[in-house]
Amino acid sequence: MAEMDTSSGGGHKKGPGVKKGKKLSTRVDLTPMVDLGFLLITFFIFTTTMSQATAMKLILPKDADKPEDQNKAKQSGVITILLGKDNNVFYYEGELDNSASNFKSSNFHDIREVLINKKNSVRDVKDFVVILKPSDECTYKNVVDILDEMTINVCTRYALVDITDIEAQLVMRSEAMATAAPAN
Amino acid sequence: MGRAKLPRKSTSIDMTAMCDVAFLLLSFFILTTKFKPSEAIAVTIPKSVAAKVAPTKDIVQVIIDKDGKVFLEMDDEEVKETMANTLNTTKNLGLDVKAFKKSPFFGASFGGLKSFLALPEDQRKGNLLPGIPVKDSSNNELTEWMTLVRDAYQGKKPSLLLKGDNLAKFPAFKSVITAFKKNDFLKFQMVTNPEAVPVGTELWKKAQSGEKREE
Repeated sequence: MAEMDTSSGGGHKKGPGVKKGKKLSTRVDLTPMVDLGFLLITFFIFTTTMSQATAMKLILPKDADKPEDQNKAKQSGVITILLGKDNNVFYYEGELDNSASNFKSSNFHDIREVLINKKNSVRDVKDFVVILKPSDECTYKNVVDILDEMTINVCTRYALVDITDIEAQLVMRSEAMATAAPAN
Repeated sequence: MGRAKLPRKSTSIDMTAMCDVAFLLLSFFILTTKFKPSEAIAVTIPKSVAAKVAPTKDIVQVIIDKDGKVFLEMDDEEVKETMANTLNTTKNLGLDVKAFKKSPFFGASFGGLKSFLALPEDQRKGNLLPGIPVKDSSNNELTEWMTLVRDAYQGKKPSLLLKGDNLAKFPAFKSVITAFKKNDFLKFQMVTNPEAVPVGTELWKKAQSGEKREE
C-alpha cells in the first residue's frame, strides 16, 4: 500500500514543551495515475496497426517458342480483359471482331459481374479462360486488383498476355471518346 | 435506546493495485510491439484477399517504386558476398565486397554500383537513387541480377517477392516479369496488404463452407 507508518513508535510520550507535529497522510490518490495508464494503453492499441503484409502467389507460364506448344483455348470460353489508364477496364468475349463491335467498356466494380456471367454461361467450366492484357498506361495496382478478382471469382485459368497494337489503339480511342463525351 | 452504530467505512479504494495492472499492461504492449523497420524506399502496396503471410526470411525482393524504379533487396549476407565476388571477376567492377554484403538493397546500374556502395547508408534513399535499369528491353539489367542471384543460391530456392507501388506503371512490372522468366524464376509472390473477401462472391462462399483455399 502506498502508505507509510507514521505513527510514533510505541506511544512514546513527548515532553510537555514539545509540540506535536501535524501528522500528514502519505497516502497518495492513485486514481489519476490509473486513468493515465489506461489512456496510454488505449492510445497504443488504437494506433498500432496489426496488419502484416500478405503475399499473393503468381505462377508464370514458361515461354513457349513453338506455336504448337502454346496453350489453346476454346473461343467460346474466352474473355479478354484489357486494362487502360485511370482505372478503365475493357473487355471482349471470344475473339475481337473486325469492327470491334464486341469491345465493351467496364470498370473494376462491374467487371466482377461480367466475369460471373461469363463463367456461368460457359458450358464447361474447364473451358473458361480469362486473358488479361494490361496496357502500358495502367498501374501496378490495377494488375494486382484484376489478379485478385481472379482469386475472388475462383477463375482457375487465367493468363497475363502482352497487349497487341490493335487492342492498344482501341483502348486509347475508347478512352479518348469517354473523356470527350461528358463535354458534349 | 441508541441504535447500534455502524462502523463508518471509507469510500476511497486503494488504487495501487489497479495502477500496477495498468502500467504492467502498458509496458507489455510497448515491449511486444515490433516496429516496422524504416524503409529507405517508400512504397504503398496494394490490397488483395490473399491470406498467406509474406515470408520474411531468406528473401529476394524486387521493389518497384512509384516512378517505376526497380530495386533489389536481399537479406542473406553469404549469398551477397558470393554475388559481389562474381561481379568483381566477371565485370571487373572493383566493388567493396564488405559494403556490398552489408547493403540491404541495390539500386544502381552495374556501372554506378561502386559509387552507390560508397554512399553512406543514410543517404541511400529510394527517391535519390537511379534504380536498376530495366526500361530498355535490350539492356534489362535486372535479368543479369537475377542470374547472379540464381547462381549464388546454387539450386536452393529463395522466396522471391515482388513489392510494387500502387502507382507504378505496368511496363516496369512487365520488365521485372521478363527478367524473372528469363532466369526460370516462374513462381513469385506479390506483397500486398490484407483485405476482406467481398461478401457473396464465390471465394466467400467457399470460405463459409469451410473449404480451404489453395495458396
